[in-house]
Amino acid sequence: MNEEQIERYSRNIILKGVGGKGQKRLLQSKVLIIGAGGLGAPVALYLAAAGVGTIGLVDGDAVDLSNLQRQVIHFTADVGIPKVDSAKDKINRLNPDVEVKIHKERVWASNIREIIRDYDFIVDGTDNFPAKFLINDACVLYGKPYSHAGILKFNGQTITVLPGKSACYRCLFIAPPPAGAVPSCSEAGVLGGMAGVIGTIQAVEVLKYLLGLGDLLTDRLLVFEALPMRFREVKVKRNPACPVCGENPTIISLVDYEQKACDLKK
Amino acid sequence: MEHDIKTQLDLHGVVCPINFVKTKLALEELEPGEHLEIILDEGDAMLNVPRSLKEEGHRIVKVEPLGETFRVVVEKGSS
Repeated sequence: MNEEQIERYSRNIILKGVGGKGQKRLLQSKVLIIGAGGLGAPVALYLAAAGVGTIGLVDGDAVDLSNLQRQVIHFTADVGIPKVDSAKDKINRLNPDVEVKIHKERVWASNIREIIRDYDFIVDGTDNFPAKFLINDACVLYGKPYSHAGILKFNGQTITVLPGKSACYRCLFIAPPPAGAVPSCSEAGVLGGMAGVIGTIQAVEVLKYLLGLGDLLTDRLLVFEALPMRFREVKVKRNPACPVCGENPTIISLVDYEQKACDLKK
Repeated sequence: MEHDIKTQLDLHGVVCPINFVKTKLALEELEPGEHLEIILDEGDAMLNVPRSLKEEGHRIVKVEPLGETFRVVVEKGSS
């Protein structure tokens, strides 16, 4: 590390359990963030600030004016440009140590394997069920640790998944709800700060995983309700009948679910 | 020499907490039981750095004044 890095990362290095070795590990780590929106924004900013050396961003959308209420990595002047370009620019300006790799596309059954392949940890910052199930299945099938999260209205939830070791998203929810059964952010609204609360928890989980510190949010779904201002923990465990990580998995290849859900453009 | 000093680090003029950060990085390069000599300014540096080192499980084996600074010998802990 050079003098500038020692100063930039001094508050990390000071921490017992991090030190110079932990910081070097962060600098050598690769994290993929799927969705450069509300959740992805704090995740990307905190990981970049902490010195995670390679950050991948996946998003096929452009910045919309209605995104700015919660997607704090995008600014007013960015409206209309691809989210991955906008986010990459902010990360570069925050910390030039970080190499940003952009994937200007959505994840599909056909491309997700190739996209996640080179990363140490995957962050689900998407806004729809088809993507969430696809990310879960891909991470389980290819053995990638990942953080799930979702926010809607005044509520949020998150869990960390270590494939083969802890409960996966499908252990909790067998399949996506029928299209239209659950309103999307654009229909139901979401309080902007929810993305900060939940996304920041995801970022902390990534850093803990990369540094090998503490207890990860595994086998516990953390549920946040802003109105009563309460965090709850729902204990979960691996489901032997889970269709993807159970004893007799029926999902052995990836499928796309109908993509309706949160079309945030309108 | 009273101690077998493996590394020396002059932290005169280096402010908190960078002086501690640099000490910590230097200690990472040593084996447990080996000694590091640091030069610290009086005041905040002397107040904070030795205390932080002790909290991380290292041992302060010698402190002696050296003009307006102090010469501190640290033995790397095992953790």
